[in-house]
Amino acid sequence: MKLKLKLPNPGLEDRIPSHAELEKLELEEAGERPQWDNKAQYMLTCVGFCVGLGNVWRFPYLCQSHGGGAFMIPFLILLVLEGVPLLHLEFAIGQRLRKGSVGVWRSINPYLVGVGIASMLVSFMVGMYYNTIIAWVMWYFFNSFQDPLPWSQCPINENRTGFVSECERSSPVDYFWYRKTLNTTAVIEESGGLQWWIVLCLFCAWTLLWVCCLRGIETTGKAVYVTSTLPYLVLTIFLIRGLTLKGSVSGIKFLFTPDLDELLNPATWLDAGAQVFYSFSLAFGGLISFSSYNSVHNNCEQDAVIISIINGLTSIYAAIVIYSIIGFRATERFDDCLNGNILTLMNTFDLPEGNITESNYDSFLQQLNSTAPAVFHELQLKTCDMQTFLSQGVEGTGLAFIVFTEAITKMPVSPLWSVLFFIMLFCLGLSTMFGSVEGVVAPLQDLNILPKRWPKEVYTGLVCFVSFGLAIIFAQGSGEYWLALFDSFAGSIPLLIIAFCEMMAVSYIYGIDRFNDDIKFMIGHKPNFFWQATWRLISPLIVLIIFLFYFVTTISKELTYITWDPQSENFPTLEKKSYPDWIYAIIFILSGVPVLVIPAIALFKLIRNRCCAKEEKHTATEPFYSISDKIQIPDELDRTSRSLH
Amino acid sequence: MLAGVLLLIFLPPLVAKDLCKDSQDGFKVRLSIKTALGDEAYEWNESEMFLFRSTLAYAMRKQSNQDTYNITNILVCNDTQRVSFVFVVTSPNDPDQLIPKEQVERAVRQNKHRINNAFLLSDMTLEFMGIPPTLATPITYDTEPWLIVFGVVIGAVAVGIVALLMSTVSRKRRAKEKAAGLSEVDEGIVKENGTTLSSLGRKEGVYNQAFSNDDRFTEL
Repeated sequence: MKLKLKLPNPGLEDRIPSHAELEKLELEEAGERPQWDNKAQYMLTCVGFCVGLGNVWRFPYLCQSHGGGAFMIPFLILLVLEGVPLLHLEFAIGQRLRKGSVGVWRSINPYLVGVGIASMLVSFMVGMYYNTIIAWVMWYFFNSFQDPLPWSQCPINENRTGFVSECERSSPVDYFWYRKTLNTTAVIEESGGLQWWIVLCLFCAWTLLWVCCLRGIETTGKAVYVTSTLPYLVLTIFLIRGLTLKGSVSGIKFLFTPDLDELLNPATWLDAGAQVFYSFSLAFGGLISFSSYNSVHNNCEQDAVIISIINGLTSIYAAIVIYSIIGFRATERFDDCLNGNILTLMNTFDLPEGNITESNYDSFLQQLNSTAPAVFHELQLKTCDMQTFLSQGVEGTGLAFIVFTEAITKMPVSPLWSVLFFIMLFCLGLSTMFGSVEGVVAPLQDLNILPKRWPKEVYTGLVCFVSFGLAIIFAQGSGEYWLALFDSFAGSIPLLIIAFCEMMAVSYIYGIDRFNDDIKFMIGHKPNFFWQATWRLISPLIVLIIFLFYFVTTISKELTYITWDPQSENFPTLEKKSYPDWIYAIIFILSGVPVLVIPAIALFKLIRNRCCAKEEKHTATEPFYSISDKIQIPDELDRTSRSLH
Repeated sequence: MLAGVLLLIFLPPLVAKDLCKDSQDGFKVRLSIKTALGDEAYEWNESEMFLFRSTLAYAMRKQSNQDTYNITNILVCNDTQRVSFVFVVTSPNDPDQLIPKEQVERAVRQNKHRINNAFLLSDMTLEFMGIPPTLATPITYDTEPWLIVFGVVIGAVAVGIVALLMSTVSRKRRAKEKAAGLSEVDEGIVKENGTTLSSLGRKEGVYNQAFSNDDRFTEL
């Protein structure tokens, strides 16, 4: 006998539209809520929201660092157990209750409004720093329209005798990223002032976002035709280009070489779980909003499965493309290293050119070491190891702005590849931003804080403007450190808690029986045992485990960040520094406030209800209507009917 | 006597070699022909060396504005298989006196481009040890290209915003006019024959039975 736990939830029927009302809504097409023009727009928007920069620069790195092909196993298992059920849940609840995230949780139970507000806050904070990355992408895009590319060579110093020292010690791509783009300071405390070119790019990014989101899904629905499909086209172009380059296959082989021992490492499973979770953009509230614009009988189960498959396949496809290019770059670096060593040897021993080649290099080296070891040591030849170059595995901004840009400079017709690459990153980021903005605007409308008669344009404009104003902190010299801080803390822990609360709310407060009936009403059949098991037990458990692990590791270790410090000893290696004390307050605001909003709002409502309940008891003794009122009403009716004749 | 004659014949080149080897005014030169030209690399032989010496003499002529420099003033030694050697420049007036290092350096720097081109090489592949290559002037733009692209994008975005906002405003105006037009039609019907039954024929709006006045007529 199954015991289905359901917490008491009085008044639920009054807060949600009934099935009959939904049917009526469907037939009459009441126009207040916006609607998708066609199914394709909805699917493209959801795919665009889910497929983002993380698919391109986080997944390949995780794949390569956690045992290559073997990483697919935990990734796919957790995709099925965690990603798909959560996705289906958000789609179904949005489609059923036909509101944004705040409205949905308020309908389920007014005490849960905090969950919606937490989603809104997280969407806002993540949107703020995510669009800054897009601004950086735009900066690189603007700079791609010149030959030679500005990051292909070092600038020359004042007396034209050599290159700028900082550039010479590191590399042109590093210099362009850290000095010309970010103009980064050495520590997070040093602000470095506002970098005006970044402010311009930020302004451009936010206004462009506003144009696409101006009227909500009416405009984003058109924009996604381009922003969701263009990345796939560019990835294919890069795949073809990459496979024709020397050394690309070694990169792909390196990526997929399975190391099954990694499966025993718990960090692999946790990283896979976290990647699935963040990759699906769950708990932002955007997906709930998007599905609330669907028709009631849309097959959300099928949508969830399709989008999960697309997301997974895109990650793998992007990984192949990225690592083919990384393989090419590693081969180029290896060849340069080897040729440099060969040149040094030839110059020292005055041997004719062509005497030492790549094939007899090793044997020559051995011979040299045995005959003249002193000279050999003096030479200080660099070790050229292909594996080291391949596993200079970078993720995040380092991959896009340093490693990939370097690879592009080595390709013929570099500006073209640069333009294509940054357009792709731009589209990937922008389509994710649509979901972020939706995740902020829809709750704002549901909360009724701002006047209702304000048009949607003002809502989106206000959100974009405020976000732009606050995102100016990322345009400082220390902006990159702030962004890394936001990336680590604003999006990670709160989302896990929100997702956990969502699943608990739907399964146990809304009631899994009611939810099953709703889905049967919407798509025609009851969800099978797999969905039941995952919604009620497996997925929440996985999310909880990931959260606990993250929480414990964050609390236990001292928090450090990596900096670009030309004065440091190990320059150009990035130096680890520890955060100043006041950063911990900021971290608390970023991670703690969205999470604490959930119980705080519940408590606030509880206290308010108790107070109001007391007041109502006092006023209940007086009746609302007197007998004389009841007699007057028919007289009024006679009066109005007489006036019409 | 024969020894004296032999000594006289062999002395100049011996002396020349000494001048070249021991001198501190010489420069080491290194060529990497195969690296630069690959399959089209030429063989380094006496003729090529002749060309080198003559280009150097040309450089000295240009730098000092004296037409007296000749190929015999350029002495070469320490020839290796790498294709590297040392050269010194003697003064045209006195074969035993060497031209100071700084002057030679200036001559080479001024004419490096011509010397490079004579051998189809570049600064990387024709190295004068101790003379750093003068780096090319960086390209300076009147307007940075990125600002141009930025301007184009911002212009397009501004046009988009204005167009969308205008269309919203015009849509709202049209809706208002339509609503005003309908309400006039509505009053007209009522004034004509006092019946609201004709309103049932209209498609717009939802007929709400709570507010209908039909039952009044049936009473008659």
